[in-house]
Amino acid sequence: MKTFGLTIAAALLGGAPAFAAGHGVDCGPEGQSIRILASDFPAIHAVVNLAEENCAGAAAEFERNHTTEAREIMNAALTPDPAEYTSVIVANSTLVQLMNDGLVRPLDDLVATYGANLAPNQLITIDGNIMAVAFMANSQHMFYRTDILEQAGVPGIPETYDDVVAAAKAIRDAGIMEHPLVMNLETGWNIGEVFNTVYLAHGGDFFEPGTARPAINNAAGLATLETMAALVEYAHPDHLTHASNETQALWEAGQAALGFMWGSRGGAILDDEGAAPEVIKNTLLSSAPVVQAGGTPGATLWWDGFTISANIPDGDAQATFAALASAMTPEMVQANNDAAVWLIDGFDPGPAAAGVAATAQGGAKSYPMFPQMGLMHNALGAELADFLQGRESAEQALADVEAAYTTAATEAGFLQ
Amino acid sequence: MPTRTFLWFVLPTLTAMILFIALPIVSVIIQSLHIEHEQVLVTTESCGPFGCEETTRVDLEATEVLRAERPLGQFNGMNTYLGRSHLAVQELREAWATTETFGEFLSRIYNLKFYRALSFTLVYTAVVTPFVLVLGLAIAIGVNQLPRVVRGPSIFVSLLPFLVTPLVGSLILFWMVDGDGIIGATLQWLFDDPSLSLKASAGLTWGTLIFYGIWHTLPFSFIVFYAGLQTVPTDPLEAARIDGASAWQQLRHIIVPHLMPLVAFVTLMLLMDNFRVFEPIVSFSAEAHATSLSWIIFNDLRESGNPLHGSAGATSVLTIIGVVFLLMPVLIRTWRDFKGRRV
Repeated sequence: MKTFGLTIAAALLGGAPAFAAGHGVDCGPEGQSIRILASDFPAIHAVVNLAEENCAGAAAEFERNHTTEAREIMNAALTPDPAEYTSVIVANSTLVQLMNDGLVRPLDDLVATYGANLAPNQLITIDGNIMAVAFMANSQHMFYRTDILEQAGVPGIPETYDDVVAAAKAIRDAGIMEHPLVMNLETGWNIGEVFNTVYLAHGGDFFEPGTARPAINNAAGLATLETMAALVEYAHPDHLTHASNETQALWEAGQAALGFMWGSRGGAILDDEGAAPEVIKNTLLSSAPVVQAGGTPGATLWWDGFTISANIPDGDAQATFAALASAMTPEMVQANNDAAVWLIDGFDPGPAAAGVAATAQGGAKSYPMFPQMGLMHNALGAELADFLQGRESAEQALADVEAAYTTAATEAGFLQ
Repeated sequence: MPTRTFLWFVLPTLTAMILFIALPIVSVIIQSLHIEHEQVLVTTESCGPFGCEETTRVDLEATEVLRAERPLGQFNGMNTYLGRSHLAVQELREAWATTETFGEFLSRIYNLKFYRALSFTLVYTAVVTPFVLVLGLAIAIGVNQLPRVVRGPSIFVSLLPFLVTPLVGSLILFWMVDGDGIIGATLQWLFDDPSLSLKASAGLTWGTLIFYGIWHTLPFSFIVFYAGLQTVPTDPLEAARIDGASAWQQLRHIIVPHLMPLVAFVTLMLLMDNFRVFEPIVSFSAEAHATSLSWIIFNDLRESGNPLHGSAGATSVLTIIGVVFLLMPVLIRTWRDFKGRRV
């Protein structure tokens, strides 16, 4: 049995380069080591699968670790020389976390040699250096149940926050649902992220320009909390414990009519698993709300992309880059079209991508790339629950956030 | 035993204790007195699929120079301990000076994260510990009265809550108290209030966490007391029975005094265990209503992308001090018993 397994493995491994060669894939120098650390969701698997299929045969080793804990271990894993992984697949916020410690290398040379198939908008440039290659986008946006909106007599699809609140009120008044709105407001990262989205819609800045001094205790901050309080009035009573899994479940169970959720959940809701047919048929994905018509949508745009470690031999870096770049093909996108909002040529945006596309076209901002943003996000996550529960004023909540942030940022060395 | 022999005898234990207990604590204390070196920020432009933006980044070379100068970071003295995230001395003083009623002062204190976590930690410890002690003893006595045939299975069943991993056990209860879960839905039906939520109110969340704590630790005190009950001497019990002592009098005057050393042991373990309550808070997503000292340490090290080693160290040291305070009465009592026996 064992021999049989080995034979199969050898056949597969032996087959790969032949296949790769047949397709003219350039895997860079042979006999190198490729070790990838990534988060764990289908779109990333699709990319890494193809990279492995193309280039595992040419490499001495091809290892991959898909874990939801990637963000927690990546800095420690990339610090030694040689680093534990040759590439980490990151997002906006996690790239900053690696760059703060200088753990990823500029990719300009590698893009010039192996990046012929990469589109210019995939290249993440910081200070003129390409630091990551993005392949998919994500953002929060609104989900609507068109049948319920119609039943409640809501004219058209809500666009502004006021429209959303009015629609929620109409649904409640019509006696259809007491709590028609679902949002990811779990205390911690999620509630902080909702603040970020609404704050960007109100045109706020998080820091004084060029410094790490906080700047959220202002009119935009107060307006943001006012909007959040108006929304929460119609949110499920357990909203402070809700993250993506809970809101998606409520949506699929037909217990919500208005949702502010991640675009990446759109595909899962619209597929024929989990949700009732009338939910699937009547779910519409649309742009994140704006404050006033024509304003900035209240969302943070995210990208996922790959980086190459700084502390590895150049040969490994070339082979890793070539393998991952070789996976960015229209064929891969077509085979996994609904798994993500791809930034790669060949993507055909379906209904599941409509929300992210509309939000990005509306001019939503990307998640702030400040090195100290994680600390601000954490302070928001910890200090806003009191306000939403009506235990303190908006002014007090914002003052608390700034005080908590200042303490943490001083300890982290961002403020003196 | 001659001192020399004694020293050789304890040497392995002593070495292990220094390596695995004393040195880590010293390291934590040193870390808690330092903060990170300055992060030199430079303005920069970042471009991606969504356009270009002005932002800042850390100037690695300048920061590396500072790091090389002082590898431990900047010495911060007691400032981390006294700052807003911990003892918040300045905030306390200000609250005392500017509030009119004591209630208002308390609510200002409760707004500070360390004191908020401390309140829940103390209430949790103060409620769970006595409940577990008394109920554990009651169950042990109950099981001890059972006929032999059913005793084994009852012990096994009573131990089950302790076998469930805390993270999983509390997650199961969390799902049960959900509005769609069996407990949550039943309560809504009983009180005829479809929006009743155990997760939305601070009081009910505390209640649920404490209930979970009692359920989970009960088997520990039960099994220790049950073992102790097997050693209760039968002679005094028989004598008491002949003298006409009721079951309650036998329990109060013979069984409980006999179990006293075990009570001290179980109390000690429970106090230490409950003071570091953590898992149910994470499983319950209860951070809006209840946090604990251990949860603060976890959050400081994990959530922000920049681990705050100084803060986590300071909270750890304060937790150790808290445990010592809590254990003081039990330790003093044990010491007195020990000396009393020697004299």
